[in-house]
Amino acid sequence: MRDVAVVGFAESPHTFATPGTSNGVEMLVPIFAEVLGKTGLSKADVDFWCSGSSDYLAGRAFSFVSAVDAIGAYPPINESHVEMDAAWALYEAWLKILTGEVDTALVYGFGKASAGDPRRVLALQLDPYVVAPLWPDPDSLAGLQHRMGLEAGLWSEPLTPVPFADGASVVVLASGDRAGDLCDRPAWITRIEHRVDAQLRHWLDVPSARFEVGDVEIAEVHAPYRHQEILLARELGLGDGVAVNGLREGNPMFAAGLARIGTAATHIHDGRANRVLAHASSGPLLQQNLVCILEAR
Amino acid sequence: MEVGFDYTRSLGPTLSAFMTGLVGGRILGSRSGGQVHVPPLEYDPVTLQPTAELVEVSDVGTVVSWSWMAQPLPGQPLSTPFAWALIRLDGADTPLLHAIDAPLESMHTGMRVQAHWADSRVGSIRDIACFLRVDHELTAMFDDVSAHQLHDQSMTVTPIHLSYTHTASPEESRYLRALAEGRIIGQRCPMCRKVYVPPRGACPTDGVPTTDDVELPDVGTITTFCIVNVPFPGQRTKPPYVHAAVLLDGADIPFSHLVLGCPASDVRMGMRVRAVWKPREQWTTSPQNIDHFEPAGEPDADYETYAEHL
Repeated sequence: MRDVAVVGFAESPHTFATPGTSNGVEMLVPIFAEVLGKTGLSKADVDFWCSGSSDYLAGRAFSFVSAVDAIGAYPPINESHVEMDAAWALYEAWLKILTGEVDTALVYGFGKASAGDPRRVLALQLDPYVVAPLWPDPDSLAGLQHRMGLEAGLWSEPLTPVPFADGASVVVLASGDRAGDLCDRPAWITRIEHRVDAQLRHWLDVPSARFEVGDVEIAEVHAPYRHQEILLARELGLGDGVAVNGLREGNPMFAAGLARIGTAATHIHDGRANRVLAHASSGPLLQQNLVCILEAR
Repeated sequence: MEVGFDYTRSLGPTLSAFMTGLVGGRILGSRSGGQVHVPPLEYDPVTLQPTAELVEVSDVGTVVSWSWMAQPLPGQPLSTPFAWALIRLDGADTPLLHAIDAPLESMHTGMRVQAHWADSRVGSIRDIACFLRVDHELTAMFDDVSAHQLHDQSMTVTPIHLSYTHTASPEESRYLRALAEGRIIGQRCPMCRKVYVPPRGACPTDGVPTTDDVELPDVGTITTFCIVNVPFPGQRTKPPYVHAAVLLDGADIPFSHLVLGCPASDVRMGMRVRAVWKPREQWTTSPQNIDHFEPAGEPDADYETYAEHL
């Protein structure tokens, strides 16, 4: 099997409301330039482009197609998109490199939550028959989970949402024979998996985040509510010695999970750690989870 | 900007029975793995077997958890402050998500609640309007089931309406402001020198913002078109009519607009057309200031003049 490493990462500032358009172009143009500059790649050197975003969040059809303008996609490029956090686009790009079809991939995510009311938009991620028609908002759902944990003695802090933000992030992947040219200390992906929970689960269990991750020095986790970091640490079996970092400045929808992977990779790039965990999630109750182990060599 | 659509979904056997039950004021759960699930599951998540048995449960239950909605959002079950709750109905093992209409100070885990049925029931989870506290002894539900049509519910309709604030980019803003003055502005990419109308946040070839303004005439050439024969909701022009890609003279990318003023069958590639503007007092920052394009009465353009722009 081919080796794949994260060799570059950049992210836009997280803002409450960007004046840019909901197709993300204004947030993406500068971070594309930044990450291509860092890795020394040109546009033409990128074999595969893959993005994650949501038309429901943007309030416009095919917003990811408009976003491709930010690349300058002529002559035509090899491109794909997932209607999910871009961490899942990274999974697609990782597979694409494994197949041997491409050697380099640029993965990006963007979201302008301030274009609409994400508290209503996100209700549409839920079961469309018996849940979405009630329009439950993410804070209320997380509040139900929070009270259960409070009464079960799992935590005592009040419910703390990470505020929605507008933002974008970008990660560059490269195959084993290319990574060393692009980055002094590549962050090798030694494991990446994603799972979704069944419709029925106990609200304090997160079976789809139950991975045996082994020893890691740092864990970058993607939890939209602070109490969920406790649930994740339990499911992932993280010991007391692991520095668990969550979302702090804001939650840029559809870019935040990819940014966890990029941030985790930066710990390897900069020599701060040798084995780190990155985690991405989807849903106000962590209904879908992705884990990625990154290692120095 | 308002975006709306009524999603119409077919239900399948399990949810169909559940929704039919709701119309009749009954709540059904699925029995699998030794448990009763409400709402019913179509497949058991462990054995993966389809649901074989549906059982009726009580419309009275116990609050497992709750959260307070101080400022309800549009579309939610109640417009005054209420509690979201997970409610385990008597006879069920797993909880149902719904709303409780009760004062904040009365809310507690373990409280007993009962379904309050909507007056008009259509086969939707909203047929339960909300839940109410059971204060004293249970109120028997005197509901005239015969008043409701009890034919099997095979579909459920969910209206989805969202509102967005669309931000025009700096380039789009210049274009829209010019339209309000009856002018059409494109912008030139500083690298490939192509003229885009409307101007773009990034040239799709070079990935850089377009910069220099280029004023364009309201005359151009049809590069391609389609004849719309199909009626659809929200249609503004009676079919058949022509939607065309119009390459304004001096632009490098066509933009699409209506072509009227001649029979649809007369419209052709290379046809020269001219903008017909609405009366000046109706102009806003919108491409709708141009009502439509009509034949300009000029000889057709040579294919070579627009071949590159197809």
